[in-house]
Amino acid sequence: MTPLVALRGIGKSFAGIHALSGVDFDVHAGEVHAMVGENGAGKSTLMRVMGGELRPDAGHVEINGETARLSGPTDAIRRGISIIHQEMALAPHLSVAENIFLGELPARIGWTQLNARARELIQRLGFDISPRATVSDLSVAHQQVVEIAKALSRKARVIVFDEPTAVLSMGDAKRLLNIIRGLRNEGVGIVYISHRLDEIYAIADRISVLKDGRNVDTVTPDAVPVDQLIRMMVGRPLSQLFGTKPETVIGEELLRVEHLTLPNFVRDVSFSLRRGEVVGLGGLVGSGRTEVARAIFGADPIAAGRITYKGEAFRPRSPKQAVRQGVALVPEDRKGQGVVLDMAIRKNATMANTAPVTRLGFFSGAKERGVVRGLIEDLRIKLGDMGDPVSSLSGGNQQKVVLAKWFHTGSDVVILDEPTRGVDVGAKTEIYSLIHRMAAEGKAVLVISSEHAELFGLCDRVLVMGEGRLRGELAPEDYTEEKLLTLSIKGGAEERVLA
Amino acid sequence: MTSNTAGFGEPAASEAEAPRRRRTSFGKLFRQFGTFVIFLILLGLASLQSDAFLTERNVMNILRQHAGTGIMAVGMLYVILTRGIDLSVGSIAALGAVTTAILVQDWPLWAALAMVIGIGGACGAVSGFLVAFLRLPAFVVTLAMMTAARGMALILSNGQPIMLGEPGASLSTFGTSFALGVPAPALLMFAVFVIALIVLNFSRFGRLVKAIGSNEEAVRLSGISVGWYVMSVYVISGALAAIAGVVVTSRSGVGSASVGEGAELDVIAAVVIGGASLMGGQGGVINTFLGVLILGIIGNIMNLAGVPGYHQQVYLGAIIVVAVVLQHASQILRRR
Repeated sequence: MTPLVALRGIGKSFAGIHALSGVDFDVHAGEVHAMVGENGAGKSTLMRVMGGELRPDAGHVEINGETARLSGPTDAIRRGISIIHQEMALAPHLSVAENIFLGELPARIGWTQLNARARELIQRLGFDISPRATVSDLSVAHQQVVEIAKALSRKARVIVFDEPTAVLSMGDAKRLLNIIRGLRNEGVGIVYISHRLDEIYAIADRISVLKDGRNVDTVTPDAVPVDQLIRMMVGRPLSQLFGTKPETVIGEELLRVEHLTLPNFVRDVSFSLRRGEVVGLGGLVGSGRTEVARAIFGADPIAAGRITYKGEAFRPRSPKQAVRQGVALVPEDRKGQGVVLDMAIRKNATMANTAPVTRLGFFSGAKERGVVRGLIEDLRIKLGDMGDPVSSLSGGNQQKVVLAKWFHTGSDVVILDEPTRGVDVGAKTEIYSLIHRMAAEGKAVLVISSEHAELFGLCDRVLVMGEGRLRGELAPEDYTEEKLLTLSIKGGAEERVLA
Repeated sequence: MTSNTAGFGEPAASEAEAPRRRRTSFGKLFRQFGTFVIFLILLGLASLQSDAFLTERNVMNILRQHAGTGIMAVGMLYVILTRGIDLSVGSIAALGAVTTAILVQDWPLWAALAMVIGIGGACGAVSGFLVAFLRLPAFVVTLAMMTAARGMALILSNGQPIMLGEPGASLSTFGTSFALGVPAPALLMFAVFVIALIVLNFSRFGRLVKAIGSNEEAVRLSGISVGWYVMSVYVISGALAAIAGVVVTSRSGVGSASVGEGAELDVIAAVVIGGASLMGGQGGVINTFLGVLILGIIGNIMNLAGVPGYHQQVYLGAIIVVAVVLQHASQILRRR
């Protein structure tokens, strides 16, 4: 059978560095072909070649068995290849229907007809979203549905999903996988890129492993168990992923939150953190976890409740006050909130605590370089030069720069919001060991995560939020996915989250 | 404070996570030196075009004439680095010019100047407060200040130019004298640029101003009061605009409410020709200085070549576009 799209011997270099060399990849009608690999393995580059954004230096693209020279993304779309990017490409202020038909809007728009067609496409995906709704008012999950409908409206025969579930809650992710299965059954060829291996095993017909710009192998999921797949990706077994938490002494209580209520939907959240403890905060995306973290950090206002920090009342009105007291936040959106991408690694690392490297407000170059050199070695940040912008680093190393910032500041309470999102397996392990180390140094650590394995592998106990309330707490003996899910969606919450 | 307990945990370093390759630095190079190249080309063209160009008298004239623009450009650069804009500089210069001429009549020079700079800074503080803390758009806020400050200058001067006269004689001397071989106003401009250079590149303030323009939220979440920094750059811009007004007054000997009409556009043009990005975070002091000189040279050659005034504006517009296209050449070329 001829594949819908085949990439043959693709090579691509940037500035003399091989991003891809000799990669073969194809996708047939009615199959889900998953692609896995660490960040920087070349997945995105390969997909950009398939989507016509990049022209390969070597090899060629075949569509329906014929060599095709894609002149650009528009050409690829016209030939039936649609890519649904990690960062969605919707126009936020336009309506659902306008977005779906963007680029092919007729000069005279017949709204009734357009809306009807949009509704039809969305219903085909099993959803009910008003075509007139403004896209920015939709949940992330629904925005993704709009993206898929857009691809369908262009009669896409191959749809590439790039990390589609990274921003979705568990329930939404499951629904998305169902949509994808539906599309496959209709004969669409699916390329599915994800870091979440459980999803890959749930959905993929074939799996290709990319490493260092080469296709290591293409396998079927039943032939290769998950730990073998991970070894293919990184050359290291799964059990080493979380490392082992060193024996730490859990000390006195550092932070106590009582009946925290925020102006938004968060109500009556109470918990405490002790020195040496790694506490997880789980629950669905949108359950209020990030909101709680930001409030404790002084980034958002608090409506009611009491926070006690080191035995004293604590009500930071700005991040500045929180940082001064020794509270740190590693935000969820690394590029948007964690680092200044265009600024040097060195400058990012010292930003939150300039006192040790300045005199009278002026930087001492030597002192600063010394401090940063220490941090780089200590945290094993892999970089070219500390004067390079943070944007030159991989996701994992960018995250380490954020961690370096707080290591340098010497915070006592560290809140990490999705610390390993978009970070490859190798760097994840290193970030986990840094989290363990913070605890060992007597800090109290709060980890917000949507990955169950991460919460269970990392934390001494896991708090679970749902709909803005704390639903319960899991001790290590209760660490099962089922218990976590039950707590987070108890009380018919799922209906409302997905509606 | 710093936790440097090394050697804990010992995670196996993953080879695959090597730093991503650096992009070809050509683009960065051009951004840095593009302005300089344009400057050199213009300098060459100007010398070829007219023998009168590279005479000491002419060069000193250019410097003297553009001292005010240069001083304002420094403030504007700081504002633009935070992703803002300050349209009020020309009007604040006028207010500075008028208040100088008024105050110098009754006060000692130093006190008069301190008050003038204070007035300029206060205007900047008002704009800065509205932008930084009430989060109003800088364009609108400074547009309002532009109108209001010009109005105040007109009220205070009754719409008439005010002579510096005898009480302001020392100021007039400053405007026309030379120090270290250059016109005193130009020397003042150099001093402002040098201080701005040091502050921007070596101080905490300068670094944070740049960082705020690149990613305000990341800076805020690092525990920094972004608002005060944003407000400060408008105060600086206002104070420097007032100083520019003093300089103009010292040169002409009169304080007039019509000083600096349209100057904000020249100043913004100079900063942009100097490669600063209106999206914030990118720009440098030296390049801004070159931007001011480029603007000055262009006007000067056209004058020497006898290009009529109306035509000059058209050419100037075209040249600004060319300069900015060259600045972004690397990005425009890098599409694939």
